[in-house]
Amino acid sequence: MTLDPRLGEALQLLPDYLGSHLRVSLTALALGAAISFPLALAARRRPLARAILLGVASVVQTVPGLALLALFYPLLLFASALAMRTAGVSFSAFGFLPAVLALALYSMLPVLRNTITGLDGIDPQLIEAARGVGMTRRQRLTMVELPLALPVIMAGLRTAAVWVIGTATLSTPIGQTSLGNYIFSGLQTQNWVFVLFGCAAAAILALVVDGLLALIAHGLRRHSRARLLLGACGCLALITVVLAPALPRPHGGYVVGAKTFTEQYVLAALLADRIEAGGHGVTLREGLGSSVIFAALRAGDVDVYVDYSGTLWTNTFHHREIPERAALIAALKDELKAAGVTLGGELGFENAYALAMPRQRADALGIRSIADLARHPGLTIAGDYEFFARPEWAALRDAYGLAFRSLRQMQPDFMYAAAAAGEVDVIAGYSSDGQIAQYDLVTLDDPRAAIPPYDAVVLLSPRRAGDQALRAALAPLNGRIDIETMREANLRAARGDADSSPGAVARWLWGRVREKAAARQ
Amino acid sequence: MPDPTQPAIAFENVTKSFDRAGGSAVADVSLAIRRGEFLSIVGGSGAGKTTLLRLAARLIAPDRGTVRIDGADVRALDPVAMRRTIGIVFQSGALFPHMSVADNIGITPRLAGVRAAEVTARIDRLIELVRLDGRRHRARFPHELSGGERQRVAVGRALANTPSIVLMDEPFGALDPLTRDALSEDYVALHRGLELTTVMITHDITEALLLSDRIAVMQAGRLAAAGTPAELAGSVDPYVAELFGTPLRQIARLAALLPGATPGVQR
Repeated sequence: MTLDPRLGEALQLLPDYLGSHLRVSLTALALGAAISFPLALAARRRPLARAILLGVASVVQTVPGLALLALFYPLLLFASALAMRTAGVSFSAFGFLPAVLALALYSMLPVLRNTITGLDGIDPQLIEAARGVGMTRRQRLTMVELPLALPVIMAGLRTAAVWVIGTATLSTPIGQTSLGNYIFSGLQTQNWVFVLFGCAAAAILALVVDGLLALIAHGLRRHSRARLLLGACGCLALITVVLAPALPRPHGGYVVGAKTFTEQYVLAALLADRIEAGGHGVTLREGLGSSVIFAALRAGDVDVYVDYSGTLWTNTFHHREIPERAALIAALKDELKAAGVTLGGELGFENAYALAMPRQRADALGIRSIADLARHPGLTIAGDYEFFARPEWAALRDAYGLAFRSLRQMQPDFMYAAAAAGEVDVIAGYSSDGQIAQYDLVTLDDPRAAIPPYDAVVLLSPRRAGDQALRAALAPLNGRIDIETMREANLRAARGDADSSPGAVARWLWGRVREKAAARQ
Repeated sequence: MPDPTQPAIAFENVTKSFDRAGGSAVADVSLAIRRGEFLSIVGGSGAGKTTLLRLAARLIAPDRGTVRIDGADVRALDPVAMRRTIGIVFQSGALFPHMSVADNIGITPRLAGVRAAEVTARIDRLIELVRLDGRRHRARFPHELSGGERQRVAVGRALANTPSIVLMDEPFGALDPLTRDALSEDYVALHRGLELTTVMITHDITEALLLSDRIAVMQAGRLAAAGTPAELAGSVDPYVAELFGTPLRQIARLAALLPGATPGVQR
């Protein structure tokens, strides 16, 4: 029996993902505890402050982890801009910092609550005895109250640790590498080995940290030096691992970004391969939110990624009128330049939003174009997580007077099968997705040109604008990927078998690009 | 050096109330405890015995009246520093459960800033003084000790900073009779040997009669009577007479019940 190559790939990524995950989790935990512990001490005898503090912490806890993490990115972006304007300093609002702050906030409730509860639960006779033997307030706290409340406080810290390590998997979309990278990319590319690997790794890490803290807590309570020492050594080892410069950490070189869908993972892997082939270091930042990634590029946190002309035109620069293809690219270049971003090249294919439905059903209803859809207001439509919030959808709806019975958001890779199975009537799919052909769907014409063209373009960050080495490394890709090739690549990546990892598909794609170049000569 | 002409502890018209309705835990109590005296405070539950003790240690402040230690108004003293000069044995010991026997005893001199070597020497001396086994008990924790051993440690902790005044709140209350007897007699020996002034709260009239130079009777926050055992046993006050008649009545009933027993021959 041979090892599944996806497992090998997952293991190869482990030092980076695990190290980053541990670094962000432990930093957040330490920060959270460092803030909530003194707060709990200060508030425990003030009923109002205590109620407010616990209330706020509870509310924070009810905010979904993903949303909390996502909120910190724009918040920090704003703070960074403000700091730049007022103090002339800026910091990166991307990745580590927002993840640490959001996770620290998330970790506060158990530490706060357990510290207060632990101190409240001490036998009042012992407090009286502490006063009676002549302890000052501070001595009472450090010599009697804290040691006695320690088991409860440690239990709170353990809860916080488990929460933080679990929630840290959600910091991938804001640019923090974590074990969540396995889960996000696995989910997008139907690589279940990655998904399971990521879940298992995060769970094991949580158990290990929880176990070490438990060992310390037991050692303290039972006055057992051995346990205390063992637990402390374990924690120290983890911290050393986190700080050890020898471990693969944010390696220098170029940062290649990817959004959250299959094609992006494949293209990021392709760009990364090319840059590495040119003899340069590469860091991948995958699974980034659509709005996060462009801001990160402008801020220099990402050096290069692939975006789509129509997306930039309507979503980033908020244009409503839609010029034809070449004019749009030309106008876009100027807009990008004003933002400091360079359009490094066009890959040659277009990944447009396309309304699609099963061929038989379209024929039965006599639907050929989007205009025909308006005559069937009882249908249902599904789109990816952002489609219905994008200006393209509003433009489409207004241009054709569309009315659907319901709008559903779906994991993009599952839309096509859902349409084929009749669970939804129409989907807003991607024209470069091979699943359109696989499930025998037809794309509907757009006679009023409400949907803009979506040429895949390579974007470079401001500091890489004049980087000839980078341009040379990526030059062989320009104009070399046609839509059929990309569809097949996407289909391969969604196949869910051993050769469907983004890296493997990227290598296949590079092979096709070279064949084509050779054929042309 | 305290003024020998002054009482060790003096309550002067002391009133203390805990509820807003005005019900007093201690009402207008005046009592002077002489240096070297062993005074017991007896009375029913809620009579104000513990409150009186807490007032003496300045763990609470009086609403009215004055508490003096060695002639000095406790309000004028730093409460933390003052408490370090007084030994207190709390109800059921109240040993610090996270500290060993040695650390529990050593806490008072350590807080007072006594040098580490001297603290160790005192711990050794006190473990011996309260008749514990240094080798067996020194490193143990309170939960590993018997009730009697715990109370011995509590006495050791109270004495470790060489106080002249010791306040004890039902120190032997929760112990079995044999342990109780042995421990109380050991304590009286220490009280005499170290020339202490001791104030002890007890529910046990027999114990109060046997150990004390003088007994104070509290009733509903007031000082109902104070005097030597002989004086109180002959009191005409009905409550006091009832209280101190109890042990004698018990002896009479026991004698009737167990005609063959002869009291007081063992030991």
